Amino acid sequence: MKIQGKKVIALGERDGVQGSAIAACAQSAGAEVVLETTYCFV
Amino acid sequence: MVLLGTPNAESSRLYAMTVTEGDPSWAGALAGVALGLPVYHVMEETVKTQVAPEVYEEHIALMEMVLEAGDIAQAVQEVRAQTGQGD
Repeated sequence: MKIQGKKVIALGERDGVQGSAIAACAQSAGAEVVLETTYCFV
Repeated sequence: MVLLGTPNAESSRLYAMTVTEGDPSWAGALAGVALGLPVYHVMEETVKTQVAPEVYEEHIALMEMVLEAGDIAQAVQEVRAQTGQGD
């Protein structure tokens, strides 16, 4: 599976990894982030 | 493709199923909607190896020490296998 060139939906969670952190990783791997969000279930 | 940042195996399985074969709890808008999207957790080895090491270290490494990365990866891999996605 290659991330480079893919469109990525970054679904983060407050108690886990934040959406912004996932997006930064995806972009560094050459992907385009089309949606980034961080859910909170408290 | 979908990258998850969920904190445990149960929530990872729930998210992964929701974006592949539809919401398993039948509670949300994606109940019965099979999107079939490729889904991975950001801490899975196959993702980690493609991220710039300094970026991973800055954003993910701390949480990787706290969370059960192995269990989470296994849960998402199982969902991929169930839905016919390779790797």
